[in-house]
Amino acid sequence: MDGVLGPAGAQHRKALTGVQGDPAGESFLRLEELTKRFGSHLAVDGVSLTIPRGEITALLGPSGSGKTTTLRLLAGFETPDRGRIVVDGEDVTEHPAVSRRFGMVFQHYALFPHLDVGENVAFGLASRGVPVAEQTRRVAEALASVELAGLERRPVTALSGGQQQRVAVARALAPAPRVLLLDEPLSNLDPSLRERTRRELRALIHRIGITTILVTHEQEEAFDLADRVALLQSGRLEQVGTPEALYQSPATAFVAGFIGRTSSLPVKLLSHDEAVAQVQLPGAPAPWAVPHPEPLTGACRLFIRPEALQLAPASEARLTGEVVERRFLGASRLYLVRLANADTLEVLGDPTEAQVGDRVGLEPTGPGLHLFADGDR
Amino acid sequence: MRPVLRREGAGLLLVLVLGWLVVYPLAMVLTEAVGGPGAWTLEAVRRFAREGNEWRALGASLGLSVASAVGAALVGVPLGFLTARIAFPGRRIVATLLGLPAVLPPLVGVLAFLFLYGETGFVAHFVESLTGLREAPWRLQGPGAVLLVHVATMYVYFYLFTRAGLAGLDPSLTEAAASLGAGRWQTLRRVTLPLLRPALAGAGLLVFMTSLASFSAPYLFGGAFRVMTTQITATKLNGDDRLAMVETAALLLLALGGLLLLRKSEGRVDAVGARKGVAPAPAARVGLPARLGAAAAGWALAVVLTLPLLTLLLVSFVPRGTWTVEALPPAYTLANYRAMVLDPVRLKPVLTSLWMAGVATAIALALAIGVAVVSRRARARTGGLLEWLLTLPWAVPGTVFAIALATTFSVNAPWAGRVVLVGTIWILPLAYLVRNLPIAGRSVLAGFRQLDPSLEEAAASLGARRGRVLRRITLPLLRPALAAGASLAFVTAFGDFVTSIMLYTYDTRPISIEILSSLRQADLGQAAAFGVVLMLLSAGVFFLAGEGRGATG
Repeated sequence: MDGVLGPAGAQHRKALTGVQGDPAGESFLRLEELTKRFGSHLAVDGVSLTIPRGEITALLGPSGSGKTTTLRLLAGFETPDRGRIVVDGEDVTEHPAVSRRFGMVFQHYALFPHLDVGENVAFGLASRGVPVAEQTRRVAEALASVELAGLERRPVTALSGGQQQRVAVARALAPAPRVLLLDEPLSNLDPSLRERTRRELRALIHRIGITTILVTHEQEEAFDLADRVALLQSGRLEQVGTPEALYQSPATAFVAGFIGRTSSLPVKLLSHDEAVAQVQLPGAPAPWAVPHPEPLTGACRLFIRPEALQLAPASEARLTGEVVERRFLGASRLYLVRLANADTLEVLGDPTEAQVGDRVGLEPTGPGLHLFADGDR
Repeated sequence: MRPVLRREGAGLLLVLVLGWLVVYPLAMVLTEAVGGPGAWTLEAVRRFAREGNEWRALGASLGLSVASAVGAALVGVPLGFLTARIAFPGRRIVATLLGLPAVLPPLVGVLAFLFLYGETGFVAHFVESLTGLREAPWRLQGPGAVLLVHVATMYVYFYLFTRAGLAGLDPSLTEAAASLGAGRWQTLRRVTLPLLRPALAGAGLLVFMTSLASFSAPYLFGGAFRVMTTQITATKLNGDDRLAMVETAALLLLALGGLLLLRKSEGRVDAVGARKGVAPAPAARVGLPARLGAAAAGWALAVVLTLPLLTLLLVSFVPRGTWTVEALPPAYTLANYRAMVLDPVRLKPVLTSLWMAGVATAIALALAIGVAVVSRRARARTGGLLEWLLTLPWAVPGTVFAIALATTFSVNAPWAGRVVLVGTIWILPLAYLVRNLPIAGRSVLAGFRQLDPSLEEAAASLGARRGRVLRRITLPLLRPALAAGASLAFVTAFGDFVTSIMLYTYDTRPISIEILSSLRQADLGQAAAFGVVLMLLSAGVFFLAGEGRGATG
């Protein structure tokens, strides 16, 4: 129980560390080579993850990437075919959900419709034999922590979606679990409510300092809530790191394409030395220099962030294209530029720089170019 | 991996129990029909094949079932449209009245018909007093009479399915047709009816199966007209056990064929019924003449179809021997009801039926919950087989099960899973139990389907052990489904006639047998009073179950 209330939370904030990979903290929750197969479908494929105490980790990925199955393996609703789950030094792989002491908030909340708010929140306490008087006190505390104080006797069906979500959080936290699991916790809320609820949820989790795993398919949610993001695809872990790390140094082509805005082009590798590759873009008069630490050979694909390019007057010396679309982004514009070979690139620019139909030149500016061997997924 | 062993073990245990209850007796019939182990012979099969009577009965069963389905459709479908789509005064009352036969034990329906349209019934008395004839110019007997009773009681399947189908139809489909310029008639023909087709096919097969298994109507009104169910009973009474076995096997195979057809159409039925979140089409706005016409037709049919039940109620107040030639009974007292309470001989069948139906329902429900947990939650390998075993008896006519159980449990061979139960008080509860399995099973499985598994997962992750999850979460949330299943099962067992007549002993005479013997002793009032008790209890249990659903749903 003291593990739950430990003060660990804040010191791993990304803002304070800004370090990719495992922060210095001890490992509290460890997933080792987790593998789960449903029939012939490999839902989770050798996922290993080490999570320090008090950290919020988001499992991010497109649908079918195995993030929800991973969460269900953690919760104990599914048994892995291979691998281990270790929490606080204890191997819980074979423990059923009942004895894991993991709190779970379900996507549709799974509030018990025949019990009132207080009975829902007290359920986990009663299951563990907490005396009634203490139950009452802790239910009141839990409800107060989600700003629902005094609603004990309200039927859960009479609550708004946002209130139901908070009851679900209070119910999961009331028995003081070791780990908090959140399955798309905000997906059932109105967009207008989502951002506020996200802030409140983050504040609450950090106040308690509980180690939290969150499943989401929305980058913004993952970036906003989590200290570190684990990006999954087809059951495999693509990369783990702070949101900044995932954005600035994608480890695979999939990460580069999935996180943030990018355009990509097939390019020809001309040479590679001193951690810089010279690549030939289709239709460009001169090669571009792209930083890349490891040696590369063969066909490549270049991933380009919109802010890594700038518009310039069309000229013989530059890669040129035609502006086919201009999107309003408030202070700036996103230009879609079609190259001679029909590939399009997204470029961030000033509002007045060009009109649709203009011929423009493109040149690289600053970081945001990532090179991957073609076929490297 | 102990959990795997435990759930597969529980699954296998249930397979054994259900297999012993459901499949074993039926297999016994099939083997006994060809002589049984050690004495294989096709002698009885040959006799069956040679005998014209047998083929006639088989043909009669098929023909009657098809005719019943057609007749029931002709009555039920228009009534469904009428009450679902046209607003007229008293629409909701009419809609409820028309649904009544769904909760009526078959024997009560037959009895009510007898009192109204029979040779000594109200209509006959009325015609006699009008025309001065000494006896009614018709006899309520033969295929026509049986068909009439079938249509008048089984239209309710088409009626309910049509209403449910219409309620599930997305109104934007007909609106789309209308906006594309289709008239009302064209929309009905090209859009609505094709969309209802799966529901109507389902209802048709239901009527077909019910009619195939029907016993009360052919038994009481058939006369010389024999269908398979009555043919089996007659052969059995004649002591030709082996031939009865062949007949039973033939009926069983016929019914299983029907089940296969139903299974095929079922998926499509569900596809229409399962559409959620769609507001049903509002009643059509039609002119005043149409509304008046609809009101007249609706009320008239509701009266015609519920008149037999009113008759039953009326006759139940007629003391024995007071009604002879008058158009209406001259005297009404509570004597028949008083006898049922005060006369131990009359009270006993009511109590017997109560406890037997209660025991059968409780065990059937427990088995159904066991199957649902093993199949839907533990996801044991045997799940599919278990659900199939649970629903199989639904397709098997009561007569077949009665013969099968009588055969299996008349021999003492514990090592072969057979003990002597025939002649004891346990054979009828056993028969009711087997027949209750699919009824309880359907409700419980449907309840589990609607129960979000994450609720039970949430309880588990909150530290609740299996027993606590079941007690505090699963069962309370399943209460509406359990109540519906239990009430339907109880009512079916309470009103059972078809298996009772084959298996009852003097000490375990259920209500239905008492009704029959009252009729034989020409004690119409007493028979009617028993019938009314059956009817009211059935309706009452149903109403209570419905209330329970309302309270938690």
